[in-house]
Amino acid sequence: MPTLFARPAALSFSHGARSLLIAAGLTLGLGLFLAAPAVANTVEEASQSLKAGDHAKALDQINRFLSDKPKDAQGRFLKGLILTGLNKPNDAIAVFRKLAEDYPDLPEPYNNLAVIYAQQKQYEKAKEALEQAIRTHPAYATAHENLGDIYSRLASQAYGKALQIDGSNASAQTKLAMINDLVGAPAKVGAGKTASPAHPTVQPPKPVVVAAAPVTAEPAKPTAPPVITKPEPVKPADPVKPEPVKPATKPADATAEIAAAIDGWLSAWSRKDVKTYLAAYAKDFQTPNGQARKAWEAERSQRVGKPGKIEVSRDKFSIKAEGDDKVVVRFRQHYKSANLNTSSGKTLVLVKRDGKWLIQQERVG
Amino acid sequence: MKLLKIRTGLLCAALILQGTLVFAKDASAPRYTDSGPEPLLARVFEHIEQQRWDVALKETESLVKAYPNFRLAHLIKGDLLMARTRPLSRFGEGGEKEAKDQVADLREEAIARLRAYRNKPDEKVVPRYLLQMRPDQKHAVVVDTQKARLYLYQNDNGTPRFVADYYIAHGKLGADKFKEGDKKTPIGVYHVTSSIPRQKLPDFYGSGAFPINYPNAWDKKQGRNGSGIWLHGTPSDTFSRPPKASDGCVVLANTDLDALAKNLQLGTTPVIISNNIEWLSLDDWQAERTSLIGMIDEWRSDWESLDINRYARHYAKEFSSDGKDLAAWVAQKKKVNAGKQWIKVKTDNISMFRNPGRDDYVVVTFEQDYQSSNLSNRMQKRQYWIKDGGRWKILFEDAV
Repeated sequence: MPTLFARPAALSFSHGARSLLIAAGLTLGLGLFLAAPAVANTVEEASQSLKAGDHAKALDQINRFLSDKPKDAQGRFLKGLILTGLNKPNDAIAVFRKLAEDYPDLPEPYNNLAVIYAQQKQYEKAKEALEQAIRTHPAYATAHENLGDIYSRLASQAYGKALQIDGSNASAQTKLAMINDLVGAPAKVGAGKTASPAHPTVQPPKPVVVAAAPVTAEPAKPTAPPVITKPEPVKPADPVKPEPVKPATKPADATAEIAAAIDGWLSAWSRKDVKTYLAAYAKDFQTPNGQARKAWEAERSQRVGKPGKIEVSRDKFSIKAEGDDKVVVRFRQHYKSANLNTSSGKTLVLVKRDGKWLIQQERVG
Repeated sequence: MKLLKIRTGLLCAALILQGTLVFAKDASAPRYTDSGPEPLLARVFEHIEQQRWDVALKETESLVKAYPNFRLAHLIKGDLLMARTRPLSRFGEGGEKEAKDQVADLREEAIARLRAYRNKPDEKVVPRYLLQMRPDQKHAVVVDTQKARLYLYQNDNGTPRFVADYYIAHGKLGADKFKEGDKKTPIGVYHVTSSIPRQKLPDFYGSGAFPINYPNAWDKKQGRNGSGIWLHGTPSDTFSRPPKASDGCVVLANTDLDALAKNLQLGTTPVIISNNIEWLSLDDWQAERTSLIGMIDEWRSDWESLDINRYARHYAKEFSSDGKDLAAWVAQKKKVNAGKQWIKVKTDNISMFRNPGRDDYVVVTFEQDYQSSNLSNRMQKRQYWIKDGGRWKILFEDAV
């Protein structure tokens, strides 16, 4: 029943000092707005204006559209985005919250509510909203990632209170992603208000991390004094081997080599070739949050290897050399799966080891 | 089950805490009113052990709500949240990067609190130090520095009855104070000397302070010095301090100090500080008490007998008084006694407290009513009794 509209491209915009990463994707019509093309175009126009950075115009257009179709989910969602862009977080919250009430099965309004709450440092509210998003869509990747970020912020706050340190510094970098398009999981989203309650088979929210930590501590025997035996701190996989000195590569060659390395990595990712995917990373790869290499590998194996067709691709990249054997590469990465279609900036730091370009750092943005 | 495996890592500390403590749990039903954060804290760790993370977090949030400045609870909350984003292998790990020492302190506090909670003293045992409280001593305070715990006892016709116990912090460098500035808490038998109200104190001391009489007569004899050992409260920005935090004082949470203060009599309430309380069954306690009371009475009647040898056998070989050794002192007493037809001695309001330190003696105080054919006086007497060759003997005595 639902109609699919393909969105042409990813949107991206930033909000004030804190830049948000934008996830974009396929738009799923809700069956509610099987609108006439002219009306759909008005949403489209507002969306184009937003993309062009003309928020005032976008707001005007969407308001006009909504005066005709006040219930339209897509239009209201876009209005929430526009208000966010206009730095009117409270108005945006009101829009997204009402939308979430009217369409409790849609995870996107919850996600975006959470992003705005997080900007206002209302992490508890952000957490609740994201948990709500995940309750309806347990596999909703963006919400999971955002929730992970919120959890670490809340944790930092708690640690700050525990240790009298400034917890806000601990996670200064934000990686909350705002959803820019209303993405429904096909065949799951019902038609708005009349939608059935959240899927009964929904799994409980899962922790984001699904890897084993190499823990060695054993519980003490009951008679032993209660001394905590500290397990050894987790060590990075292997020390970095000294690199043999090599003649400098010519720039042109290097670019081709780097392109090949990145494309090999993306293609391994797309075809779920976990081994090749992991082999693209240097031994001293800086895992996110300083995670143990093994834990990180386990997590990536699990995620990359997850069944379901995906496609990861890139746009043109820029290279900045940081020495003969080290470059910083930036590009736009597109990720497409059955129910998620995102596009985000990616930064890789590649190092040349034994003639191969390997990923030493991977950052979103 | 990889998912579970991370979590084992998360709070292995919790497991270890539990593992060591759980055995005492079923000894008997709860006997005393639970106060303070321990019951909830223990529940949080139980949930963590059983991997009920969400419940654990919820309970931790209640804990934080009830005790907003309870840093330990915030640390656990941090862990429970952080564990949702990445594996943790140690208690407090997420905060270690920032403040490793403080995490270690809070870990110590967690251990101390849970251990004390799990091992509340059985009602059939008493600290062996409280041999005899004076009738006017309504309560006695016994501190265990190793367990970071203060126990309040009520004087129930001479038998100490447990009332409450509280988490405490003591000297940064432990117990057994010897000299000024050694950041240690003294060990011995003291009493509360005065009270300093909150208004006269910096915030650091919290809701009030109760100085104790360190160094006491015995400490001075041993060459111990230093001063300003107090029981006091906690700064307003924290609910409690780590187990080893003070310069020698005994530090309580403000609410606990306030509760304790109601039971402290200035100049009267004994404060006995031990680094590891020895507990006696009530039977053993009674036996020790009776034998010493009997011996004190024997000493009294032997003094009345005017038989110098009977009297002198109550004094230890190492006894000394005013620079005289035992022999010289006995000779002098003999001379004094020669001029008397009779002596009558009464001892009232006896208190007997065993010293918890390495110096194994019992400090006995009483009102002495001395009458004789040619001299009478009343005084507050203090004696230090030791076991010498299996018999109670007096090592030192003076008037206070």
